[in-house]
Amino acid sequence: MAQVTRTELFPGVRLTSVHTNTFKSCVLGAQFLSPLAPETAAANALVPSVLRRGTEEHPDMESLSAALDELYGGSIQPVIRTRGETQCVGFLGSFLDDAFTLDGSAVLEPAAALLGELLLRPRTQDGVFCSDYTASERSNLVDNIRAQVNDKRSYAIKRLKEEMCAGEPFAVDRLGDEAHAAALTPQNLWERYQALLRTAPMELYYCGTAAPVRVEAALRAALKDLPAGERQAVPSQPTAHTAPAAPKEVEEALDVTQGKLSMGFTVGGRVWDSHFPALMLANAVYGGTTTSKLFLNVREKLSLCYYASSMLDKFKGVMLVASGVEFDKVEEARAEILAQLEACKAGQIEDWELEGARRSVVSALRSTGDSQSRLEDFWLGQMVAGLTEDLEALASRVEAVTREEVVVAFSAMTLDTVYFLKGKEA
Amino acid sequence: MDKKQYTRVGETLWQEKLENGLTVFVNPRPGFQKKFAFFATNYGGMDMRFSLNGAWQDTPAGVAHFLEHKMFDTEDGNALQDLATNGASPNAFTSSALTGYHFECTEKFEENLKILLSFVSVPWFTQESVDKEQGIIGQEIQMIEDDPEWQVFMHLLSGLYAHHPIRVSVAGSRESISHITADTLYACHKAFYNPSNMVLCVSGDVDPQRVCDIAREILPAQGNPPIQRDYGPEESPAAAQAMQEMVMEVSTPIFQLGFKADPAPNGQERLRRQLIGTLAMEVLCGSSSPLYAKLYREGLINQKFACGYEAYPGCAFLYAGGESRDPQAVRQALLDEAARLGREGVDAPLFQRLKKAAYGNMVRGLNSLEMVCIEQAQGYFAGVDYLDFPAVFDTVHKAQVEEALRSWCTETRTTLAVVRPQENA
Repeated sequence: MAQVTRTELFPGVRLTSVHTNTFKSCVLGAQFLSPLAPETAAANALVPSVLRRGTEEHPDMESLSAALDELYGGSIQPVIRTRGETQCVGFLGSFLDDAFTLDGSAVLEPAAALLGELLLRPRTQDGVFCSDYTASERSNLVDNIRAQVNDKRSYAIKRLKEEMCAGEPFAVDRLGDEAHAAALTPQNLWERYQALLRTAPMELYYCGTAAPVRVEAALRAALKDLPAGERQAVPSQPTAHTAPAAPKEVEEALDVTQGKLSMGFTVGGRVWDSHFPALMLANAVYGGTTTSKLFLNVREKLSLCYYASSMLDKFKGVMLVASGVEFDKVEEARAEILAQLEACKAGQIEDWELEGARRSVVSALRSTGDSQSRLEDFWLGQMVAGLTEDLEALASRVEAVTREEVVVAFSAMTLDTVYFLKGKEA
Repeated sequence: MDKKQYTRVGETLWQEKLENGLTVFVNPRPGFQKKFAFFATNYGGMDMRFSLNGAWQDTPAGVAHFLEHKMFDTEDGNALQDLATNGASPNAFTSSALTGYHFECTEKFEENLKILLSFVSVPWFTQESVDKEQGIIGQEIQMIEDDPEWQVFMHLLSGLYAHHPIRVSVAGSRESISHITADTLYACHKAFYNPSNMVLCVSGDVDPQRVCDIAREILPAQGNPPIQRDYGPEESPAAAQAMQEMVMEVSTPIFQLGFKADPAPNGQERLRRQLIGTLAMEVLCGSSSPLYAKLYREGLINQKFACGYEAYPGCAFLYAGGESRDPQAVRQALLDEAARLGREGVDAPLFQRLKKAAYGNMVRGLNSLEMVCIEQAQGYFAGVDYLDFPAVFDTVHKAQVEEALRSWCTETRTTLAVVRPQENA
C-alpha cells in the first residue's frame, strides 16, 4: 500500500511524498499557488512555458531535451490548472523508475536537479527573460487561448462558466485572456516570476519507489537557492455564488453542425461540507455516469442528445451539464434535462440507480491510486483545499451516504445559467 | 496455462489457447486496485470486404463501428448498464483494424467478466433498435465531422492512399450507415465475432486460471476457421495526392504531413518496423531533434506538434502535424532534413539518446493496464509479442533508421493535408 508523507521543506514550501512500488516510473511535481485573477492569470500561465525554454546550464530546448533523453526519455511539462479560484502553475515530471534503467543508475536525483534548475535558473537577457523566448511562448499562449473555440464541447462549458460566474475569479480561464496575454513583455513577466518565487506557496509532489527521506534530500538540494520570502497562503475557499431569481439565458452562433447546450446549477455545498459525499452521489445519479438519469433517459431512451452528462465543481459548489443536441431539439432536450432533475428532487431514484452511482464513485476513488497522474491531481486538490483526507477515507464516507441524504442534496440545486451554442443561419 | 516472464520489464504473462480457438492472456498486477479486461475481435473499419461461406461480401462503411454500438443490447436490456451497476466502467472502441470491448473495475471482477464475454458473443438486434441507432450514430458522425483534428487526419489518409480501406472513416458516413440492417449486423457478427478471430487480455490482481475457466464457461465450445478479407490490390509506393485542403472554423491552420511507408509484415518484424519508424520520425522532427528546435524558434510549429508511425494490415505511414501559420514551409523543411539525414547520416550520440528515451517511454507505458492489454491484443493479431520489446530494441540500428528516412521520406511519398481558417475570419 502507498504511504503518504507531508513535510514542510522551507516556509510555505510543502512536499507530499507517496511511497509505492506499484509503478515503473516516478512522478515529480512543483506548483506555485496563486489566487485566480484576470490581471495575473495569463502571466502566471506563461511563466512555466518560458522557464521550460532554457536554463543557465541548458540554454535551449535542444539541450533540455537531450538532458531528458539521457534520463530515459523523462518528461517535464509546464502545467497550468485551476482548483476553484486558485491557479496552480508549475511543472510535472515523469521519469523511469531507477529499477528499470539499463545500467542501474539513479534517475531521481538528476531529475530533481533538473526540475530545480528549470524553476530557479532560467536563461536571462539583460536581467530579465529572453525576449525571443518570451515572444514565442506569448504567441503560443495567445494561439492556445484562441484555439479554445476549436473544441466546441469544452468551449461550451468554458463559456457557461464565464457567463454564470461573470465578475468572479471562477470565471477566469486557467490560461487567462488574450488581452492580458498579448500585453506580456520580458520585463513584466519577469516581475510576475519574481513575485511567484518570493510570495507564492509551493506544493511539491513525489510518487515512486524512493523513500521519503531520499526524496526530501533530493528536493532540498535542488531548491536550496529558492529565495526566502513571505509566502502568503492562498484563500482556499472560493467566493460564494448564488443563483439569480430567474436563470440567465445566453445564445451564441458559430459555424457548427451540432448544437451544444450547457446548463449551470448552484448546488448549495462544497468539498468542505459534511454532506459533500452526498453531493458526489447526487451528481453521479443525475449525470455523472453511464447509469445516470441524463445518460439513460436523455441520451439513450429519448435520443435527444449525442452526449449529456453533469460534473461537479467541488470547490465552487456548482454543477455543470454538458450536452450535444440537434438545433431543433434544444427546447425538448432542455425540458427533459430539467425534468430529470425534478424527478431526483422528488426522490424518484431507483435502488439500482443509487447503488450504480455509489459503485461508480467508490470505484473511481479507489482506482485513482492506480494512476500516478490522477493521484497527483487528487492530492493537489486536497492541498489547495487544505484537506488531508485520503481516497480510502472519502470512499468510506460515500459508502455511508443514505438515500435521504442524496435527496436532500438534490433539493438545494437551482438552475443558474443556460448557454446554447447554435449554428449560423444558412 | 503457460507462464512467460519478461524480466527486463518486470512483468509476467499467462497464456492459453482454448479449444474454441480463443487466446487468453493474463498479466497479473499485484498492488493495483483496478482490474482491466479487454475482449477484442480482429475486425475493424477496414474490413469491409470478406469471404463468408465461400462467397465474397461487400459491406457498407461503418458496420464494425455500428456493431460495436449495438452489441451492448441484450435480450434483457443493456450490458453497459449491468456493468455500470456493478461499479465497472465499461466502454468500447472501433479502430481501422479491431473492435475492442473493455471494462475496468475494483469490485466483482468475475461477475463483470462474465457479462463482458456474454454480451459480446451473443448478438441481439431488432430492426427497430437498428433504426434508432442510425440516429445516434448519425449524430456521432456529425460531431466528429465538426472536429478539425479528425478532418485533417482523414484528409491525410485519403491523400496518401488511392484505394486502401484505411482511407475510409471507421464510423462511415450518414449515407453509408443508412444501408445497414439487422441482417448486415448478424452476418458480420457471425463472420468476425468468432473465438478464433478474437483475443481476451486481462491485467490486474486476478487469478489467471479463473479467467480461463470463466471464458470456457461463457463462450461457445466450438469456433470457426479464420476469415479471409480483401483490402484491394497493393498500393503504389507513391502518395495518391500531394495536397489535400479544406476550410473550417479554426483559428490557425492545422496540418498533417504524411509519408507513405512500405507495409510491414506480421510477426516481430512488425514491432521492429514500429521502432524504426518511430525513431526515424524522432530523429527527423521529434521534440529533441535539431529541426524541431529550429521550426519552434521560427514560430512555424508549437507544442501541439507531434509525430509518429502507424501500421495496419497492408499499409504503414509516418506522420507529423499540428498547428502552423505556414504548413507548406514545414513540409519543405521536413523533406529537406530527411534528404540531408539520408545523405549525411544521423548523429550517433543523438541516435543513442533517442533510443534510450524511446525505451524509457515504452517501459513507463506499462504503468497503464489499459495500454498493456490493448498493445497485447493488437500485437497478437499482428503476430507480435509486445512485452518482448527490449529484445527488439537491441536489434535496431542507426543504419536502418537512415535507410527508412532515405526510402520513405521523399517528395513522391508525401501528402500534406491542411485545414484552413475562413479567409475573412
